[in-house]
Amino acid sequence: MYLDLAWRNIWRNSRRTFVILTAVIIGVWSMVFLAAFSRGMLNNMLKNGKSVLIGDIQIHDRGYRSDPSIDMSIQDPEDVTELLDRLLAPEDVYAGRIKVSAYVSNARHSSGVTLVGIDPEKEKQISFLGEKHFKGKYLDSKDKRGVYAGDALLDKFDTGMGRKLIIMTRNSKGDVVSKAFRIRGSFKADMEATEKNYLFITMDAAKKFLNMPVAISEISIVLSDEENVETIAEKIKEKVDTALLSVETWKELLPMLEAYFSMFNSFMYIWYVVVFIAMGFGIVNTNLMAVFERVREFGLLRALGMKPWLVVCSVITESVMVLLIGITCGNISGVVSVLFLKNEGIDLTIFGKGSEFFGMSRIIYPQLTLYDVVNINFVILFLGIIVSLYPALKASRITPVEAMRE
Amino acid sequence: MSVDMKMALRNIWRNPVRTILTLSAIAFAAMILVFMFSFQLGSYETMINSSVKIHTGHIQIQAENYNEKKSIRYAVRSPAVIAEKLNKIDDIQAYTFRANGFSLVSSENRTRGILVTGIDPEGEASVSTVDRLIKKGEYLDKNDRDKALIGNLLAKHLRVGINDELTVLGQGLDGSIAAGVVTIKGIFSSGLDEFDRRCIQIPLGYFNDMFYMQDSVHEIVCTAESIYEVENIKQKIEKELARENGKKEVVVLDWKQLLPGLVQGIKLDFISGMIFYVILVLVVAFSILNTFLMAILERTKEFGVMLALGVKPARLLKLVLMESSFMTLLGVLIGLTAGCMLTLWFESHGINLEGASEILKEYGMSGIVYPKLSVVSALSGPLGVLVITLCAALYPALKVTKMSPVEAINTV
Repeated sequence: MYLDLAWRNIWRNSRRTFVILTAVIIGVWSMVFLAAFSRGMLNNMLKNGKSVLIGDIQIHDRGYRSDPSIDMSIQDPEDVTELLDRLLAPEDVYAGRIKVSAYVSNARHSSGVTLVGIDPEKEKQISFLGEKHFKGKYLDSKDKRGVYAGDALLDKFDTGMGRKLIIMTRNSKGDVVSKAFRIRGSFKADMEATEKNYLFITMDAAKKFLNMPVAISEISIVLSDEENVETIAEKIKEKVDTALLSVETWKELLPMLEAYFSMFNSFMYIWYVVVFIAMGFGIVNTNLMAVFERVREFGLLRALGMKPWLVVCSVITESVMVLLIGITCGNISGVVSVLFLKNEGIDLTIFGKGSEFFGMSRIIYPQLTLYDVVNINFVILFLGIIVSLYPALKASRITPVEAMRE
Repeated sequence: MSVDMKMALRNIWRNPVRTILTLSAIAFAAMILVFMFSFQLGSYETMINSSVKIHTGHIQIQAENYNEKKSIRYAVRSPAVIAEKLNKIDDIQAYTFRANGFSLVSSENRTRGILVTGIDPEGEASVSTVDRLIKKGEYLDKNDRDKALIGNLLAKHLRVGINDELTVLGQGLDGSIAAGVVTIKGIFSSGLDEFDRRCIQIPLGYFNDMFYMQDSVHEIVCTAESIYEVENIKQKIEKELARENGKKEVVVLDWKQLLPGLVQGIKLDFISGMIFYVILVLVVAFSILNTFLMAILERTKEFGVMLALGVKPARLLKLVLMESSFMTLLGVLIGLTAGCMLTLWFESHGINLEGASEILKEYGMSGIVYPKLSVVSALSGPLGVLVITLCAALYPALKVTKMSPVEAINTV
């Protein structure tokens, strides 16, 4: 009966209800949509960050992170790979890399780069190399003199397929060595900086060039289930010799992104509350008006013996009903607009360099998570009920005598 | 005070609770906008200034293509001639020459491929803050030859300290091998990680000899009083340069062209901020539309009587609009004042974002951010609120003009 009463009450002045509904719908829609958009942006940054030779977990020599040099290499990679074969699920992939800072030049240009020795087949499965092939051929694992470079680097060097690049670096003995490599193919990455910074050669070529027959710089692991990162990293840590090796998750390797992630939730809450306050004034005002124009009615109800708390309840029921309708419509329109953009994405090409500046791709796909939706609805409903208390209490204080004077 | 004005003012306070709530909604939106705008603009300025002051300068004169390819070949061949022309432009605060070459830099047991920059110690100190960022050792002297300044992160990677030697191996202007040994004289820390990780500076004269530059340079870096004067100075330089040599061999680039990532990043951030603000203002507009609507509908009878007494609909419209504009104006003013006060308070105390310092450092900001109140940041938000709110008030006001006296009087 109460519900019936409340339902009829809110439609007594339908124009008013529609206006306040519009405010709630816009508010909810904006929260849902922006949450999905920001979430998509963040996950995109994470995916990009991880794909640039990070992965989920990495194993290095203990000193490598503070001093990424050839001297800080994993001396017995065999031990580690054996362990990983036992520990990891068959769907998880790992690959070793040799990574050194190098200097590359041709007849007219020169630049500083990171030279990476890779296992071409495995590397494809764990980093951006798998999907960003652009021109020429990918590296063959037996290739001793081939180099795979970013398109932007080739452009900067005015060179192309089949031409040579001279790579110069320091080998494991401390001698400066240089060697000519032939360009086999090129990749295009989301970020120009990645294209300019990395040169890939095969593992065998790197071992020979750098005179390190066994040791490697790092092992990168990509898990089939990202949620398990912490537990698996712990397991590996227990088994390896932590005096020699360090095991790190992406959270430690990409502290910037980790910081973004932890700040994201608090920023979203601030945004929810700001939007809510903006519509909260409208909700209170509308409810208050609805109460004041019904002073006689409330007086009569009280005269008939209705308890004050029941009056409070009925007013709150009304506003919750309006909120629920608004939330439902807002959620639906939010979800629809997200679904609408799910495949197309939001194109940030006009800000190309700008999105790159933040480590994002040029197209963002909004991502809706249940967590965000639940949060949004909870915040609105909770705060909505709190602000409706004021008009409800006003209504409950109306006495029959006062009401008759109206 | 005219009768209409008096009526409008009294009408507003007929229902004080409602008016106060409406005022608060408007004031809240205006306040948030003032603060957020100032915060955004303030952090942009910090970002721009830290990049500009540490390395790029406001304007650079470079050989064509150098900015895109950063290759040693694209050098300005006659910097002295250009310097003479720059001397004629008073608005330029200071200028200096720089030359850059990618090299393999090795310490005793570490090697890195990085950019080696030749600087004129005195000129450099006048355009950038590097001399004040030295944390260990000393800044370069004008008589120094084989000395170097390096960033603290690079020093850490190369495992070197003051007075250690570094071997530089690169490619000279003519394609030949350039090699030299320099002693570290100072270590700087700018807070911009990218710069501290990839920068080594040596005296320009020594660079010139080592890379066979034949007195040519890559960048002529100029600074202006503030970023607002850059456009003007840039035009003057272009005019001055165009005067003699007809063929274009150098280009004048401002900081926007030198830092395209930063500029577009700011644009992206600004636009996403704008979307937030528009949504906020829309929500506010709809939530107060109701108040305006109710304030009129509940007075239908009253308006009917007035019409019957011969008040022209236009006058009624004027009355109603006066009420809503007065309310909006008052709300916006309150919001503006509160927003300015809030911003000024944070401007002097700073907003502590310790948790985000990792992120901020990437953009050259410290853990404390200072919003910056300016005429633009203070007024644009509230102006937006004012316009949208007045639009929201228009719809209910137009209803008044359509009332017919008889029907209006008879409504309950």
